[in-house]
Amino acid sequence: MKDFLRSIEHLLRVVLLLALGVIGFLVVRRMVIPAEFGKYGHFRPAALDEIRAHPVKFAGRQACEACHSDQADVKSKGKHANLGCEACHGALARHAEDPGSLVPKLPDTAVLCARCHEANQAKPKSFPQVKTAEHSSGLACNTCHKPHDPRIGG
Amino acid sequence: MEMTRREMLVKSGKFILLTSAAAAAWDYVLAGKAEAAPNYDMTKHWWAMVIDPEKCIGCGNCVRACETENDVPEGYFRTWIERYHVDDWDMEHPQVDSPNGGHDGFPEKYHDGGKTFFVPKMCNHCADSPCTQVCPVGATFITPDGVVLIDPKYCLGCRYCIQACPYGCRFFNPKTNTADKCTLCYHRITQGLTTACCEACPTQARVLADLKNPKDPIHAFLRTHSVQVLKPQMATHAKVFYKNLDGSVR
Repeated sequence: MKDFLRSIEHLLRVVLLLALGVIGFLVVRRMVIPAEFGKYGHFRPAALDEIRAHPVKFAGRQACEACHSDQADVKSKGKHANLGCEACHGALARHAEDPGSLVPKLPDTAVLCARCHEANQAKPKSFPQVKTAEHSSGLACNTCHKPHDPRIGG
Repeated sequence: MEMTRREMLVKSGKFILLTSAAAAAWDYVLAGKAEAAPNYDMTKHWWAMVIDPEKCIGCGNCVRACETENDVPEGYFRTWIERYHVDDWDMEHPQVDSPNGGHDGFPEKYHDGGKTFFVPKMCNHCADSPCTQVCPVGATFITPDGVVLIDPKYCLGCRYCIQACPYGCRFFNPKTNTADKCTLCYHRITQGLTTACCEACPTQARVLADLKNPKDPIHAFLRTHSVQVLKPQMATHAKVFYKNLDGSVR
């Protein structure tokens, strides 16, 4: 046995070194790769929860209409029925959560309406467009058109 | 005991193989369960988007909403609008512009009455996306519900995915020093809301769709309309469907 060990000593050293290397590799691998990696694919599943934790800024129109049903009723009868509230009023999730914490400012119709309705060759022909400079001779849009129901007298 | 060189090598080979197999098995035993998202089953959804360029008015609401919702740094875009101008028959060479991504709308530029239209662009959330295939560290991936996402903690910032995307949807975020792009508002759609861009779009030019939901109107829509994805020759299986897309759009 002693002779045998001596005769393969050079091999044993290599094998031991290799085994240590492999074990070391596996230990390090276990430490750096999360246990769940690869559960749904080649990625870290916890990343999904982290991405989902991003705060919501746009409350969504259901949230608005839960309180402002009067405005929603007016809007539902006009040409702007399909518009989300926050398309004009801006992101208001904070207001929806706690109305007092953020009181939204009324948008300036001179800027707001032109964003969509300023005439442009690239806009679909069926979309109502005006050259604002010629259309209202400087009057604010909401002098004649109420934004929630924009037909004149609406 | 005598042992030949061959026997020795075979024995040591077995030893090494079995050690790693045992370690792999042990890994499997130790792997626990992921935190299940409440009220949301990833396997029941397959998200997509329908875009109708004929409804887009280039107002930039989607670009601004995306910027607000996702804290996109100024001058970078997760979604943007392009204006195409095609001169008569020369479909190969459309004039395309996108001033500040369409963030502030489009000042009138053409007066010749030619074919001019807007095309909203965003990540196509491809089922076979080149970006996830090239990521060397598993930082970008497609979720079981069909959304291509980036894990900012794993992203090295090598920018390989930015080059790989055929649609130019990715950018290098200078704030986080990672690759960045549209998440299809994953934090919103997994709690029953629509994306910020769809919420803000005044003409429903873009609509979020769930291909696994049999009640989603997208099924009737896809059956009854001509739709096209961008660069179908890239075989990315893009999931952003464009209605009646002009042939000049790249």
